[in-house]
Amino acid sequence: MRLGWKELVRRPGRFLAAGGALTLIVILLLLLGGLLDGLFNASTGAYRSQTAELIVYSEDSRDSLLRSRIDPATEDEIRSVPGVRGVSGMGAVLISGRVLGGETVDLAVFGYEAPNRQVPAQPAPGRAYADATLEDEGVALGDTIAIGPSEVPVEVVGWVEDTRYLAQGALWVEPGTWHQVLVTARPDAALDEDTFQVALVETVDDAEAVAGRIREQVPGTSPLTIDEAVFALPGVQAQNDTFAQIIGVTFVVAGLVVALFFALVVLERLGLLGMLKAIGASTGQLAAGLVTQAVLVALGAFVLGGAISLALAAIVPAEVPVELEARRAAITGVGVLATALIGSAVSFRKIVRIEPASAVGGS
Amino acid sequence: MPALEMNDVRKVYGSGDQAVVALDHATLTVADDEMVALVGPSGSGKTTLLSIVGGLLQPTAGTVRVGPHEIDEYGPKELTRFRRGFVGFVFQGANLVPFLSARENLLIVSELAGVDRRHARRRADQLLEELGLAHRADNTPAKLSGGEKQRVAIGRALMNEPELVLFDEPTSALDTKLGEQVMDLIRKEVKGRGTAAVVVTHDSRMTHFADRTVEITDGRLVA
Repeated sequence: MRLGWKELVRRPGRFLAAGGALTLIVILLLLLGGLLDGLFNASTGAYRSQTAELIVYSEDSRDSLLRSRIDPATEDEIRSVPGVRGVSGMGAVLISGRVLGGETVDLAVFGYEAPNRQVPAQPAPGRAYADATLEDEGVALGDTIAIGPSEVPVEVVGWVEDTRYLAQGALWVEPGTWHQVLVTARPDAALDEDTFQVALVETVDDAEAVAGRIREQVPGTSPLTIDEAVFALPGVQAQNDTFAQIIGVTFVVAGLVVALFFALVVLERLGLLGMLKAIGASTGQLAAGLVTQAVLVALGAFVLGGAISLALAAIVPAEVPVELEARRAAITGVGVLATALIGSAVSFRKIVRIEPASAVGGS
Repeated sequence: MPALEMNDVRKVYGSGDQAVVALDHATLTVADDEMVALVGPSGSGKTTLLSIVGGLLQPTAGTVRVGPHEIDEYGPKELTRFRRGFVGFVFQGANLVPFLSARENLLIVSELAGVDRRHARRRADQLLEELGLAHRADNTPAKLSGGEKQRVAIGRALMNEPELVLFDEPTSALDTKLGEQVMDLIRKEVKGRGTAAVVVTHDSRMTHFADRTVEITDGRLVA
C-alpha cells in the first residue's frame, strides 16, 4: 500500500491522464446533478414546503392541481376519517402579472388556509408573500403586482424561500384574493367561495394508512403523500428518470476509465510486479497498492472537480437553474470512489495471474 | 544441516506429446556457507532450477529442502512467506523499483514482512554502508551506475538475513571488470555472513569466485 502511495507522490505525471479524465467526469456529474436538483426544486417547492402529510385531489383530476376540485362537503368528509388531525384548502393559478411601472412576471398564485414550513399565516386580503426568486425578476418588497387581464392588485409584504411551482415564482395570498385571481384567469373555472382545488391533510397515524382510509371512505377523492404528489407533477418523474439514466451512464464511464487505466498500468508493470511477488509480496499487498492509487486519484479528481464545478456554477447565467447541494456532492463523491474501487478491482485478476517465476531468467 | 538439499527433482512443463522436461532427476546439496556456480547453455534448465530452489515454482517430482523448510510440500501462500523470510534473490539487471531510493529498495523487503521500521532502517543503512553505498542511500536507480544498482540488489537480497541467496546472472549487464568486482563483492558478502549462495551464470570467467561449479545440460546436473 505504501509502495502505491509513494509512486503516486513521486510520479504524479503518470496518473495525470486518469486523474484528468476523472476530474472532467466529476464536473459533468456535479453539474448534471446540480441541474437536476435545480429543475426539481424549481418545480416542486410549493409542495415540499407543506407540513401536511397528504394532498387530496378529486379523482377525476388525475392528480392535477389545476384540474382538481374539493368542495366543503368533501372536506368535511375527509375531516371525519379516523387518523385525520386537520384539513385545510389550497389552490393555484398559473398566470402572469405586471409590477406597476415595471416588469411582467410569470406567477403561480397560491390561495391557502393554513401556514406551512415556509409560508406564514395568511396575509390580509390584497397582500401576498412572494417567493424570493421573484426578486431576481424585478419584484421588490412593497411593490404592487397587477395580476391577470383584470389586473387584480396584490401588494408584496414579505419573502418566502423555496416555494416555486412548475418553474414559476409563487405568490401566496388568502383565499378571497385567490378566488378573484382565479376568476380573472379562467372565468369558466370559477369556484364557490369555500371550494379549493386540493385538501391538505395532517394525520396522526401513518400517512399511507390514512390515505387508504380516505380513498375508501370518501368516494371521488385521490389522496397522495407529499412525495407521491411531487412526482405526479407534470414532467418531474420523466425529468428525474432521464437525468438519473444520464448520471448512471456517466458513473459507468468513470468506472471504465479507471478499469482501463489500471489494466494498462498492470500490463506496463508486469516485470516489476513479478519481481515484487518473487521477493514475497502477496497478491493482496499488490492489489491493495493499486486500489490505494485508484481511490486517491478519484479523491483528488473529486476535490478538483468539485472546486471547478463550484466556480462554474457561480458564473452560469441565472436562467440555468444549477443548484449544487451538499447531498448531491456526497452522492457523487461516494459514487466516484466506489466506481474507482470497482474499476481498479478489475485488475485484481491480472495480478493474481502474474507468476513470481517471471522475475527470473530475464523474462 | 545443509542450506540446500534437492533430491531427484523433476520439472515437466505441459503433458502428453507436448511435455517438455526442464529438469531431469536433479540432485544437488549446498552446504550452509558454500557458494555454488551453476553454469550451462540457454535452455539447459538453470532458470527452472533456480526458480524451484527459490520457491517460485513447484517441482513435478522430488524433494527440495532449504534449511529446515521442505518447500516441495508448500502451497502458494506458504511459498510466499518462505520467499519473504528465508531466501534472497538478485535478478538480472538488478530489477529495482525505479521510483524508490536505494534505501527504500532495501526496505521493501521488511515492509512486505511487516518488520519494525526503525530496526529495518538500521539494517538497511548498515548494509548500504557495507556495500559502499552509504552516500547513495537517497538516490533513485536512475542516478546509480550499473555496478551500484547491482550492489543495491545484493543489499535487498540480504535484508531478510536469508539462509540462501540466489543470483540470476548477476554480471550479465556488466563489463568484465565491473562483473569481477561484483562477483568479488558477492563472495565477500556471502562468505562474511556464512550464507549459502547459488549463482547462475553463463560467463565461465566468473566461476572461479565460487567454491564449486555445477554444470547443467538438458535439465541434468553434472558435478
